[in-house]
Amino acid sequence: MSLPKRILKETERLRNDPAPGITAVPHEDNVRYFDVTVEGPDGSPFAGGNFHLELFLPEEYPMAPPKVRFLTKIYHPNIDKLGRICLDILKDKWSPALQIRTVLLSVQALLSSPNPDDPLATDVAKHYKEDLPGAQEISREWTEKFAAK
Amino acid sequence: MGKRSRTLSTTSDIDNNHHPRKRSAHSPVNLPTPTSTKQMSDDAMSDYYSDEEMEYNYSDADQDVDDVENEEEEDYAQFTPALPAKKALAWDVEYDSVEPDQLREIVTKDVDHVAGIFGVEPEIARALLRHYKWNKERLIEQYMDSPERVLASAGLPIQLGTFYPSTSRTPAKAKPTPRSKTFSCPICASTQPIDMAMALPCGHTFCSECWEMYLVSKIKDEGECDVRCMEEGCAMRIPTAWVTKLLDKSTFERYQELLLAAYVADNKNIRFCPFPSCDLAVITPNFSPTASALSTTVPTVHCGHNHTFCFGCGEQQDHRPLICAVVKMWLRKCADDSETANWIKSNTKECPKCVSTIEKNGGCNHMTCKKCKHEFCWVCMGPWTEHGTAWYNCNRYDEKAGVDARDAQSRSRASLERYLHYYNRFANHEQSARLDRELYAKTEKKMEEMQIASELTWIEVQFAKRAVDELVRCRTTLKWTYAMAFYLEKNNETIMFEDNQRDLERAVEELSELLESPIEPATISELRSKMTNLTVYVQKRNEIMLNDTAQKYQDSAWIWNVSVPEF
Repeated sequence: MSLPKRILKETERLRNDPAPGITAVPHEDNVRYFDVTVEGPDGSPFAGGNFHLELFLPEEYPMAPPKVRFLTKIYHPNIDKLGRICLDILKDKWSPALQIRTVLLSVQALLSSPNPDDPLATDVAKHYKEDLPGAQEISREWTEKFAAK
Repeated sequence: MGKRSRTLSTTSDIDNNHHPRKRSAHSPVNLPTPTSTKQMSDDAMSDYYSDEEMEYNYSDADQDVDDVENEEEEDYAQFTPALPAKKALAWDVEYDSVEPDQLREIVTKDVDHVAGIFGVEPEIARALLRHYKWNKERLIEQYMDSPERVLASAGLPIQLGTFYPSTSRTPAKAKPTPRSKTFSCPICASTQPIDMAMALPCGHTFCSECWEMYLVSKIKDEGECDVRCMEEGCAMRIPTAWVTKLLDKSTFERYQELLLAAYVADNKNIRFCPFPSCDLAVITPNFSPTASALSTTVPTVHCGHNHTFCFGCGEQQDHRPLICAVVKMWLRKCADDSETANWIKSNTKECPKCVSTIEKNGGCNHMTCKKCKHEFCWVCMGPWTEHGTAWYNCNRYDEKAGVDARDAQSRSRASLERYLHYYNRFANHEQSARLDRELYAKTEKKMEEMQIASELTWIEVQFAKRAVDELVRCRTTLKWTYAMAFYLEKNNETIMFEDNQRDLERAVEELSELLESPIEPATISELRSKMTNLTVYVQKRNEIMLNDTAQKYQDSAWIWNVSVPEF
């Protein structure tokens, strides 16, 4: 099946007009599979880090959401140790009007504002709730250790 | 006299206080009906009602009043609670079987009613009712309060006239390209003629192909009939008119099914027949399968195709005398060995609110039940709202659950033997019922032959069929009595229960044996009368068994040896 025009357009725009701090490059052998990097937002414990993610556009895309996962280890209450992300727009709040670009911007925004009240990694969330400075310190350490550019 | 008001109506109370003696001189002959007057003196009443025993029964009341003063029977009839009407079985419920079309008519009636009150299109009324889970009273109340707020919350345009614009393919906010005869759809990124653009009153414009794909994906893949605008975060509802226009026949049919299913799911008094490919539904106008109702009754119903099922839990058989919650425990226990059960057990949990079985196939612990939209935590199963501040309870729960799980395991090993005792008997009756049916199939053939050979009429050779039908019914009861006995605490009630069970079982086995006896023309009339008698007897024993258990549910006399969860 030929690639829908929507995916071609999105890919093109991601290449020619990338969102700041975000890159998404399709695989040569599978144009629905993207290698993604997201820079840790300034002012967050993830600043200075360069996080690798994978993004896959299922056959139903854009009617179904893309599948996104962190490949770089990250200490974040909404991202578990397998890199899975708890983000509503990737689940029931998905809308076909959203794009790869908007999804990745949302992921980047999640790094700036972790939400320990809706945790995926409960231990990290607990740490974040009880000792925010201490937890952020670990996030910073992990960023240096695993996400150095 | 303080307690009196609990049992007396206000009017009789006042009446008696004001004219305690006035009417006591009346002879009962002059009284229009026994219950229309009350002649008890204040003394008698205070004596009677000062009795600590408030839950008196009929005979106690008789006794008390007679002791106090020798009034005519009619005089205190007012004060004694009416005897419960003798029903065939305490757990019989009234019900009707309806066809899908009849069900649609019922829906339409509800919709038209609300549409008439609000003066809106039926479409709007339907959407509002759906949004309010078909709770008409609440909808009407809140709509009268603020129609705007209700409409907005239901994802409907506040200016109702705009919901059905005659040109629904309005190019309202389509991005004009250099030649404004075309527009670019943000979903499929293709440039299309402007008349392909469609927008809801919210103005979010996409091409008709994308709308169609979106609708198909929502309806066919997600089974969702409540479809909102494609734009992120936009709650505007898609009207049925669009669905009709955009979808092929099979998707539209699916949509109709989903609408009906949503109506049934929101209505406690309606349930679809659970038998495969049966599309009938059963309505119980006066019975709601609430947790408390299901703790004392087993609402067995039959759809128009004569499928027997339980209205409470949807189990595809008559599971009297055991209540749904315990049946569920038992069946789960029995199925524990099977691979499927293991898989369900390890991969699914039930929504703590509507008990739908849920498989978590990814994502975080914040679950939203697809059916009832209840938000809960996958780890502790508590409501999600509590997790805002105390989500770490989940960790504590884990530790406790670990201990509990280990305890439960050792207990289950110890009780395995006891379980097998009951299970073997349960399974045996299930198996025997099947064998009885098979045996009958063979017998039937022989009977037909005999009907030709002898002078017996068709009616006269039906006795075996009646016997088998009764036998299967009784074996079903017996089967569940074993499951019930497994969960009953040993006491006097269970001794009586087991006596009834034994009597029924003995009669059933006797009848079963009789069914196997050879049918010869010479002995057939003797066999017939024997079998007919026994059939009646077995039926009687079954009734006694069921009535007795039903009564004891009403009296809360059954004590379970496990904690029975609310159904």
